[in-house]
Amino acid sequence: MDKIRASLLKKSIATKIERRGKILSLSCLALIILVVFLIFYFVASRGLATFFQNHINLWQFLSGIQWNPGTVGSNGQPAVGALPMIVGSFLITIFSAIVATPFAIGTAVFMTEISPRRGAQILRPVTELLVGIPSVVYGFIGLQVVVPFVRNTFGGSGYGILSGTFVLFVMILPTVTSMSADALNAVPRYYREASLALGATRWQTIYKVVLRAAIPGMLTAIVFGMARAFGEALAVQMVIGNATLLPHNLVSPASTLTSILTMGIGNTVMGSLQNNALWSLAMILLLMSLLFNLIIRYIGRKGKLNHER
Amino acid sequence: MNAKRVDKIATGVLYAIAALVVIILVALLGYILVQGVPEISWHFLTSPALSFEAGGGIGIQLFNSFYLLFLALLISLPISLGAGIYLNEYAGQNTITGLIRTTIEILSSLPSVVVGLFGYLFFVVQFKLGFSILSGAFALTVFNLPILTRSIEEALANISDDQREAGYALGLSRWETVTKIVVPAALPSIITGVVLSAGRIFGEAAALIYTAGQSAPALNFSDWNPFNISSPLSPLRPAETLAVHIWKINSEGIMPDAKAVSAGASAVLIIAVLLFNFLARWLGKRLYKHLTAE
Repeated sequence: MDKIRASLLKKSIATKIERRGKILSLSCLALIILVVFLIFYFVASRGLATFFQNHINLWQFLSGIQWNPGTVGSNGQPAVGALPMIVGSFLITIFSAIVATPFAIGTAVFMTEISPRRGAQILRPVTELLVGIPSVVYGFIGLQVVVPFVRNTFGGSGYGILSGTFVLFVMILPTVTSMSADALNAVPRYYREASLALGATRWQTIYKVVLRAAIPGMLTAIVFGMARAFGEALAVQMVIGNATLLPHNLVSPASTLTSILTMGIGNTVMGSLQNNALWSLAMILLLMSLLFNLIIRYIGRKGKLNHER
Repeated sequence: MNAKRVDKIATGVLYAIAALVVIILVALLGYILVQGVPEISWHFLTSPALSFEAGGGIGIQLFNSFYLLFLALLISLPISLGAGIYLNEYAGQNTITGLIRTTIEILSSLPSVVVGLFGYLFFVVQFKLGFSILSGAFALTVFNLPILTRSIEEALANISDDQREAGYALGLSRWETVTKIVVPAALPSIITGVVLSAGRIFGEAAALIYTAGQSAPALNFSDWNPFNISSPLSPLRPAETLAVHIWKINSEGIMPDAKAVSAGASAVLIIAVLLFNFLARWLGKRLYKHLTAE
C-alpha cells in the first residue's frame, strides 16, 4: 500500500525529465540574453569612460573635427573630435542606400511582377547567393576595380566616400533586393486582380497598387540595408582611405567609425584616452544599430495597421 | 502619352534595371573566379603564407578557418537548439517573450565589428585567453547565436501540431515529444540552417581580427596533441583565418604578390560559400526524403 502511495505522491520520472528539459532550454535562452547585456555593459563602460574619466565634453566629442587622441588640439583640449568619422559613416550609408534603392526595387518588381519564372530561376538564386559573399571579398574587389576606376575617372587617389559608396552599393544590393521581393510577394493576389479588372495596365497596377501596398516591407528592406552599410567595417576600411578629416569632396580620403575602430583598437593601450575614445566610437555604432532596429520595428507596426484598416 | 505606351516604356525600364543588376552580380562573381581560380593549386592550398616574398600559400589559414568554424558550431549549435526549443515550445505569447525576441533581433543586427570588439574585451582581455582560437570561436558563437536560434525556431514552428498531439496522446511529456518527435522531424531544415550559417561564419573577418588574431604561426601537422602550442588542434594559439588574411595582406601591403594571393584566397572563400549553399539544399532534400520515405 505504501509503495503505491509513495509512487502517487512522488514526481514521476517523466515529470523530472520534463522539468530538467525545460530548465536546460530556458538556460540556453537566458545565456543569449545575458550575452546581449554583457555586450552593452562592456562597450558602454569603456565608451563612457571618455566622458567620465577623461572628462571630455560630449558635445566636443560629437562636433570636434580634429581626431588625434593623445595629442592636444588647437583649443587646448585633447583632440578627440569624432565628427569626421560620424559624417563619413552617415554619408556612405545614405549614398549607398540612395543608389541601391532604385536598382533593388526595380529588380524586385521584375522578379515578382514582370517575369516571375525567370525571377525564380535565375535572379532569386543569384541574389541569395550573393548575400552570403564575405565582406572582405567585396573590399578586395573594391581595391582592385573600384578604386582604380574612381582614380582614373574622377581624379584624386581613388580612395574616398565615392569608392566606399560603390562597394557598399553592390554589397547591400542583394539583401535589399531579396527583402523587397519578399515584400512584393506578400501583397495579396486579389489586389492585382482587382486593379487589372478595372482596366489598369500592368505598370499602373504595379505603380498604383502593388508598390504602395508593399511600402512598409520595402522601407524595412532599405533600412535593413542601411544598417548593414553603417556597420560594415573591413570592406569600407579597405577603400575609404582612412584619413580622419572632414571629407571635402567625394573622392578625397575619408574615414568611418568602423574603419577607425578596426585600424586603431590594436595600437592603443587599454585604459588610455586613445583607447577610450575608440570605445566611444564603438558605442555610437551600438546606439545607431539600436536606432535602426527601432525604425524597423516602427515601420513594421505601422505597416500592420495599414493592412488591418 | 496613353497608358499603354507608358506601360511599354516602364516594362522596358524594368527589364533594363534587372539586366543591369544581373550583369553587375555576374561580373562580380566572374571577376573573382577568373582572377582567382588560376592561382589555386595544391601548393597554394597547402603551403604556409610568406610575408616578405612571393609564392606563399594559404594552407594554415585554410585549416584555421575550418577549425574555427567547427569549434564555433560545436559551441553555438547546442545553445541555439535549446533557445530555439524554449522559444517555440515553451514560451507563451506575452510581453516577456516579445522582449526576448527583440533582444535576440538586436543581437543579430549588431555590426560584426562590435561583436569582435566585445570578444576582444571579454574573452581576450577579461578572461585572459589572448588572441586565440578559443576567443575567436566564442566571438563567432556570439555572432552566430541569434541567426541559428532564429532558423531553428522557424524550423520547429513549421512542424504541424498533429505531431505534438500524437506525442502527448502516447503519454510522452512535452520535453520527450520535442526531443523524440519534433526535433527529428525538423532536422532537415535545422541542418539547412546550420550549413547556411556555416557559410556566413566561414567568411567572417571583422569579428575575428581582434579575437583570433592576425598571425598564423607555423604548425606542426604531425603533432595532434591539443595541449602542445604548435599542434594544429591547440585552442590557445593565435589563428588568422582566410578572410582575415585577405584583409591583412591588402591593408598592410608588404607582400609582393598580395594581389595574386588575395585573388586566389577570395576565390577559395567564394567557392566554399557556394559549396555550403549547395550542400545545405542537397542535405536538406536528402534528409527529408530519407526521413519521410517519400
